[in-house]
Amino acid sequence: MTSISRADVAHLGRLARLELTESELDHYSEQLDVILQSVARISEVAADDIPPMSHPIPMVNVFRDDVVKPSLTREEALAAAPATEDDRFRVPRILDEE
Amino acid sequence: MTTTSHGDVYIPFEEAMSRYEPIIGIETHVELGTNSKMWCGCSTDFGSDANTQVCPVCLGLPGSMPVVNRVAVESTIRIGLALNCNIAQWCRFARKNYFYPDMPKDYQISQYDEPLCYDGYLDVTVDTPDGPQVFRVEIERVHMEEDTGKLTHTGGATGRIHGAEYSLVDYNRAGIPLIEIVTKTVIGTGSLAPEVAKAYVKELRDVMRALGVSDVRMEEGSMRCDVNLSLNKPGDGWGTRSETKNVNSLRSVERAVRSEIERQASVLDNGGRVIQETRHFHEDTGRSTSGRSKEQAEDYRYFPEPDLVPVAPSLDWVEELRAGLPEMPSVKRARLKEEWNINDFELASLANSGALDLVEATIAIGVDSVAARKWWTGELLRVANEQGVELEALRVAPQDIQQVEALITSGALNDKLARQVFEGILASEGTVEEIIATRGLAVVSDDGALLAAIDEALAAAPDVAEKILSGKIQAAGAVVGAVMKATKGQADAAKVRALLLERLGVSE
Repeated sequence: MTSISRADVAHLGRLARLELTESELDHYSEQLDVILQSVARISEVAADDIPPMSHPIPMVNVFRDDVVKPSLTREEALAAAPATEDDRFRVPRILDEE
Repeated sequence: MTTTSHGDVYIPFEEAMSRYEPIIGIETHVELGTNSKMWCGCSTDFGSDANTQVCPVCLGLPGSMPVVNRVAVESTIRIGLALNCNIAQWCRFARKNYFYPDMPKDYQISQYDEPLCYDGYLDVTVDTPDGPQVFRVEIERVHMEEDTGKLTHTGGATGRIHGAEYSLVDYNRAGIPLIEIVTKTVIGTGSLAPEVAKAYVKELRDVMRALGVSDVRMEEGSMRCDVNLSLNKPGDGWGTRSETKNVNSLRSVERAVRSEIERQASVLDNGGRVIQETRHFHEDTGRSTSGRSKEQAEDYRYFPEPDLVPVAPSLDWVEELRAGLPEMPSVKRARLKEEWNINDFELASLANSGALDLVEATIAIGVDSVAARKWWTGELLRVANEQGVELEALRVAPQDIQQVEALITSGALNDKLARQVFEGILASEGTVEEIIATRGLAVVSDDGALLAAIDEALAAAPDVAEKILSGKIQAAGAVVGAVMKATKGQADAAKVRALLLERLGVSE
């Protein structure tokens, strides 16, 4: 039994704004299933006393002082933008979102 | 029953409250007043030119890495402690994934199931016909995240999203430390729900001010509220809630709750079903319009932020921050009420006008408490209201009042002249001394000049002199008035009166 359905992959594709063809959906469903099964094997040996980790090195509290550093110039900031107007990034209109 | 252009129908508030009970919840975002952003050294100054406070980190450029601002963590812990929260001994940031150009990274770094502060409360006081009533608003969590960029929608007829052809983005605000404070559901407020909501946000604002962690200017967006609300019939289970966003003034918090109660009650009365949705509040109409439907749960695919390590505040650090907390606003109010010997009403009016801290600071530098209250809640409040600004935004400082009061005591100024001094300060004409000098505001204390003015006034009204001489001392008022007029108010009326009586050889 697969751990990820074709519908799951289609949903994730929509969330990631990826347009996936029917054959790509099949292809990625199979590939992601292999990955998930591999990860599931790790879960089998991970006991309750081993908390999941999100960072490879066990360190905490890496902070910086609250000091202002120079920013980019506006020209530098906007240099890579596909479109600008009025010193701002110009982006396509957004619908169906907030 | 009223209907708006959007098709929403409302029934009167009292009628709604006769059939339903409201349950509210409030999410408040507060921009912290740090010098630099949450993950990078860009400035957080408000009102700078677009895209001048951005760098590879807050623009989400490839290869850039965030590093947490220590003061932002410290401020969040202090907020948590002030709200009686537990402070997590270990917590992580989480990545909230969504596609919207207000965040150039296509995700916002936030906290998800491990907030830095949790399980607290804030007591708020609401004035009722039966006197002040205290409600405990329980706090679910206080977590850290980053603010988003500012979008301007262009090309549409209304400037709003619908009809816009494209949007322009300024990322100066992206990455400014943002704190989200979430209440638990507040039940049992009944028809006081709008007042409780407003009182909570106001108390929260005062706490932030006392802590000095944010300028909490709702009109500039450094404090913003979302109001969740549902209605149910007494005894029934909870209803479906809506979330009203864009509630950006204290007055609007109250209006948004009231309006949503009136709207949902109408829906339920007509056998309808309240839709779980986001609604947008409009200051101008005091009503909200339907936004995005939330029928389908959002899928942000939160996961632990891989670019940041966990935050694990030591007990020592937390206790050090706790020991450094300032006096909380509610404690301060109770103390000042006693110290100044004022009643609940006077206290409320001082607090509501934003004069409390200013009056306290003025008294602290030696000004008599009655005089300090008189200036702040009288002349200065009148000017502030006239200009539509907060008292503290006026250019007058407690030191100015101290100087003016000292001059009144020494007889160099009278009340009328003092008002002119403040007028000058408000008009940025300089210091108290400079204004007195340039406006020529000193009380005329030269006896010779005053006597000359008195003689002139007596000569102009010989009948008055006779009346006074015949024992009608109250007639002296007319002469004193004439002298005050002749000296353009720059005389001490009591002194003029004394000189006049002495001149006529009359004693009181």
